[in-house]
Amino acid sequence: MELIYFQLLAAILFCIGIYGVLARRSAVLILMSIELMLNAVNINLIGYAAFSSFGSAHRNLGQVLVIFIITIAAAELALALAIILRLYRNKNNVNVDELDILKG
Amino acid sequence: MSVVFFAIAAILVISGGVGVVAARNIVYAALSLLIAMVGTAGIFLIGLAEFLALVQLLIYGGAVVIVILFSLMLTRIQEFEFLTANKHWPIALIVAMCLLGLLIISILIEDSTTTTMGSTNITELGLSLFKDWAIPFELASLVLLIALIGAVVVVRTDNEEDR
Repeated sequence: MELIYFQLLAAILFCIGIYGVLARRSAVLILMSIELMLNAVNINLIGYAAFSSFGSAHRNLGQVLVIFIITIAAAELALALAIILRLYRNKNNVNVDELDILKG
Repeated sequence: MSVVFFAIAAILVISGGVGVVAARNIVYAALSLLIAMVGTAGIFLIGLAEFLALVQLLIYGGAVVIVILFSLMLTRIQEFEFLTANKHWPIALIVAMCLLGLLIISILIEDSTTTTMGSTNITELGLSLFKDWAIPFELASLVLLIALIGAVVVVRTDNEEDR
């Protein structure tokens, strides 16, 4: 195993997530693409944590960071889905290119 | 041998990701997200992070995908079928491809000092989390609590007509 496999997989998954965020219309799908990008970052961190040449004091820094990222991702998902439900209830629409209520 | 397992898990992750961004039906997209998350748990296992693989399976496979499916159930699902990408999708594809090329070039020209894989046992991880990272850990739990209470407040209706 080499570190570059983890890096390449993370790069491919991150770019799939970028395409999903830019190209999809539904807000729920954009949210799922953001989850894909966060997972790409997690894969990268796990790779660096497994191949790190740091001392034993910092060996598990990558895994601690992944725990924090998963926590923040869960919080973000709950809040974003609540906003989407509210938006659907008020506007009957979750397509982001038809929602222009913030346009001046 | 671990390269074979990595390839299988990577195929799961990439096919799940492509399914998320390319599926016409949003339920299929959510199930593709589940496939990608299970593949990511496999990647974590190969990266010697056993605890995080279990966390990934529990949180993403057990919670996140279920929450997304519940939110689709609470809204009307007919509106979400036959989704299309927006009309700027070629630009999005070009941007994603350019970023992918940039990332791959920057990965390849990096002089990688080859080190052997080292594992972190779960005792060290727990001790580090509760000694060195105790205050950020508590802050993260506070952020999660505030976000969940905020979600309840956002979706709550004040008037009686929706009850």
